[in-house]
Amino acid sequence: MMGAESAIAARGLCHRYGAREVLRNVSLDIPRGGVYCVFGPNGAGKSTLLRLLDLLETPAAGAVIIGGQAATADARAALRRRMAMAFQTPYLFRASVGANTAYALRVRGWPRRERRARVRETLERVGAAGLVREPAWLLSGGEAQLVSIARALVAQPEILFLDEPSANLDPPNAAGVEALIADYATAHTVVLVTHNLFQARRLAQRAAFLFDGELVETGAADEILNRPRDPRTAAFISGEMPG
Amino acid sequence: MQDITHGFEHAWRLLITNEQDVWGIILRSLLVSGLSTTFGCIIGIPTGAAVGLRRFRGKRGVVAAVNVGMSLPPVVVGLVVYLLLSYSGPLGFMRLLFSVPAMVIAQTILAAPMIGALTLAAVESVDRRARTVALSLGASPLQATLAMLSEARFAMGAAVIAGFGGVISEVGAVMMVGGNIAGQTRVMTTAIVLETSKGDFDVAIALGIILLAIALIVNLGLGFLQRGR
Repeated sequence: MMGAESAIAARGLCHRYGAREVLRNVSLDIPRGGVYCVFGPNGAGKSTLLRLLDLLETPAAGAVIIGGQAATADARAALRRRMAMAFQTPYLFRASVGANTAYALRVRGWPRRERRARVRETLERVGAAGLVREPAWLLSGGEAQLVSIARALVAQPEILFLDEPSANLDPPNAAGVEALIADYATAHTVVLVTHNLFQARRLAQRAAFLFDGELVETGAADEILNRPRDPRTAAFISGEMPG
Repeated sequence: MQDITHGFEHAWRLLITNEQDVWGIILRSLLVSGLSTTFGCIIGIPTGAAVGLRRFRGKRGVVAAVNVGMSLPPVVVGLVVYLLLSYSGPLGFMRLLFSVPAMVIAQTILAAPMIGALTLAAVESVDRRARTVALSLGASPLQATLAMLSEARFAMGAAVIAGFGGVISEVGAVMMVGGNIAGQTRVMTTAIVLETSKGDFDVAIALGIILLAIALIVNLGLGFLQRGR
């Protein structure tokens, strides 16, 4: 069993879109439990890395190992059921908020009554219980973000990927989501992509800095965010990195 | 002008008294167009969805072919079906010419590409993120494909209604392969053509009112679906 100690392990991941190389030889181990933060400038490859780790795309080279099990073509669908992702730009299905939130339960064959109870409970957790009957296409950006997070959380996946989860949220809702992430991470693994270094400091136990498709450094969040070893990490954190 | 107002008065009387088998003609129209639309859906929806969902070499050519099928001239379709079903034609042994099944065949040939092309456009217009999101929430590849189709459901409903609207108002093909036989293959459009050519506007206007009412209902349904409700 490869990477059995880790929730997720990546080995030599490379990826390209057309001629553009977006990830180069990325290897990392994400431990079970806690918040693992991936940060870096725009275009560093953070979202691509998340999509590869969530098995939504197949890397050009390298391997992803989930809980010690290699993500082979045959195993991908079953492994994906252990994870869920809330995207940076939420896409909600053309249905009610309740139906959107219930989707992960429906594809897992949950009975209707249990689905309804879990949906209500999850929407309450993100502070969106009042939206359950609303058509998803009428939501504001912030509301859509909350529903997208609830939808990812509802089946209580072992690994939760969050790509800029508070990007569209006002401060009270952002604080609520942060509390939710911290609580969820006590029993599950959360992989968080954020530009908000204050948020990363508040939430993450481990962190990785990605720059121009390369993993520059990884380790304890406190170490990387406060005493970075690599000058590129230091320049990014201090805001001195040229855009 | 007097003919028209007179025609309207008689039209209502015909509808109420069912003289000249007006309701028989209306029901036959609904039967022929309903069956054609059903068969058109059975052929068009899976074809349009399959082409719309997949990426393959030569897709542009297939899409162009489906779109050309949408603008098939009804009289040409009527002619081809006539030649196939005529007693000396390759399918003449089936003895279907000048029958309701012949009309259904011709209108299915018209409806299927229309429904297929509109389904294809509906599926292609769905945001590709729908599939990614479904997969990210634990859907199997088949469930993710169904999620894509579900996202296109309103536009696909509109495709079905447009197909029905197209065939119920069609006259060329049903006239050629149905023969407009009273009590057997006469439908609203062929009856309107016949009665107008005879100068008997009462029945023509009565049927025209019903056809307009059906077109109105179809368009209201189309608008309702396009608003995504």
